[in-house]
Amino acid sequence: MSAVAEAPVAATADARKAGDWLLVATTILLCVWVLLPIYLLIVNALSSPQEVTGFPKRFFPSFDLGSLAFFINFAGVAKALWNSVLVATLTMILSIGFGAPAGYALSRFDFPGKGTFRFLVLMTRAFPLPLLALPLAVMFIRTGLDDTAVGLALVHTTLALPFAVLITFSLFSGIPVELEEAAWTLGCTRWQAFRKVILPLALPGIAASAVFAFTISWNEVFAAAVLTIENRTLTAFLLQSLGESPLYLKFAGGAALVVPALIFIFAVRKYLFAMWGIANR
Amino acid sequence: MAEIAIKGVAKRFGGFTALHQVDLKVADQEFMVLLGASGCGKTTLLRIVAGLETPSQGEVWIGGRRVDHLPPRDRGIAMVFQNYAVFPHLTVFENIAFGLRMKKLPQADVERRVNRTAELMHIEQLLKRYSGQLSGGQRQRVAVARALAMEPDVILMDEPLSNLDALLRLEMRAELKGVLAASKTTTIYVTHDQVEAMSLADRIAVMHQGRIVQAASPVEVYRNPAARFVGSFIGNPPMNFLPASKAANGSWNVAGLTLPGPKSDRQKIEFAIRPEDVDAGDNGLQATVRVIEPLGPHTLVTCDVEGGLFRAVLDSGSTVAVGDRLRLAPKPDRIRWFDPETTNAL
Repeated sequence: MSAVAEAPVAATADARKAGDWLLVATTILLCVWVLLPIYLLIVNALSSPQEVTGFPKRFFPSFDLGSLAFFINFAGVAKALWNSVLVATLTMILSIGFGAPAGYALSRFDFPGKGTFRFLVLMTRAFPLPLLALPLAVMFIRTGLDDTAVGLALVHTTLALPFAVLITFSLFSGIPVELEEAAWTLGCTRWQAFRKVILPLALPGIAASAVFAFTISWNEVFAAAVLTIENRTLTAFLLQSLGESPLYLKFAGGAALVVPALIFIFAVRKYLFAMWGIANR
Repeated sequence: MAEIAIKGVAKRFGGFTALHQVDLKVADQEFMVLLGASGCGKTTLLRIVAGLETPSQGEVWIGGRRVDHLPPRDRGIAMVFQNYAVFPHLTVFENIAFGLRMKKLPQADVERRVNRTAELMHIEQLLKRYSGQLSGGQRQRVAVARALAMEPDVILMDEPLSNLDALLRLEMRAELKGVLAASKTTTIYVTHDQVEAMSLADRIAVMHQGRIVQAASPVEVYRNPAARFVGSFIGNPPMNFLPASKAANGSWNVAGLTLPGPKSDRQKIEFAIRPEDVDAGDNGLQATVRVIEPLGPHTLVTCDVEGGLFRAVLDSGSTVAVGDRLRLAPKPDRIRWFDPETTNAL
């Protein structure tokens, strides 16, 4: 009797143990998947040009700034960096400027075509950018928007906007409408209630979604490469000029692209988590 | 002076009619409770008075001023919400001060009023805390204090106690009644809890399917329901109803009894009696005992009368057993009659 009773218990214990191992193994695999390339990038970026091409590799970087110094002083890098910051900032302002009101409207008002609107917002992501890039380039040349930061920021805004809309939509939906109504009964206009009650509660999430928009623009390469010639962003510049450049320069450029994006996301990670946990209670 | 007049207010949501032409007058300083089951339109009516919902037709007057076109902030009202709606990013002090700051009162006045209402609601030791550090009951107190601090003409309360546990609800109920009576504010209070309604109200407006069925004092609503619904909704256990057929003009046959009743052209009407208004004796309605529930102060007996359920509240000393045949004599002055077609009292 007891043997029969124990067998399933042992089996479940085994299954749980196997599950634990699977979890640990998957976690390690995912961490390696994400961290290893970043590690290699940073080690090589912080090594002298000779070490990058040499063998065997060092486990710890030598903190030789030769590669980075060469990269920074490389003709055009500073300008491309400035362009990237400019375009990403414009993208951030535009996507929050348009996305947050749209998200607020979606969460607070019922209007005809609301479902269709949400669907269309998502559908903009379904268009492959290469398909749009050529007609866009033609249109931009006609309107004089080609090779300008504003023009590229507009394209990046169309990429970032769906996220901005959907993130702020869920953000505003998480703030009970009663808080707003309470503010109205306490003497606020609609705008005052938004500014004094909703905005302070939504601000961390809005900031996070702004940084997210910034990062999307910062990382985008295709539209940037097609639509700019003189005023290249860093991604487009690297794509163009690093094809034939030495390995250590590629690593330095890669690090210059990845590290800021990592820092941004790291800085707002608290708000990214808070974004899902925000509540009245 | 702020009496409220609701004149012919109707509300339709698409094809659904939430309120049909509701008329209601609330006197200055009166405590009016809107009572009804969920979906009866009581919250919608309250939100229309508050200005959070626009009526499809009709007028709302507060203090002799037509307000239905005004935004909430211009109506002289304050509202307490079911889920408290305490602002999580502000301290308790700033929550209570919120409306006063909107009125641009001087800092000294704000502090004086916040401290006074906080004292009134016994939350003066919580003023520096945030909503997240408060219990449900404390949040409720903050919400009430915030409304009181506005010194409004009218306080509107939407099921303010329904999220509290039973004991706390009892305590807050008594406290609310005292505080609101002292503040001399006109109050409209929405609830689905009839005990809450009976204990708080000067008058109860019983709502059913978007209409006010009866608006009267708690005792009147209990004793003289204007419609069958009121009798069946109020009272625990509710009123008993039995079919009555005409014996002669002004006299009716009810479960083997012939009782004097109203004169009516109808052949069949309904007889109604509260469970506590019957006495077990030698004469009366023939009843077979099905279930006995000794409740302490009295014993609740569920019987079969003419194939229908009939509840009677008997003295806890009575020695009835399941299967017993009883004679339940209704107290003549407590019998009520209803028209089965219109469901109104006869």
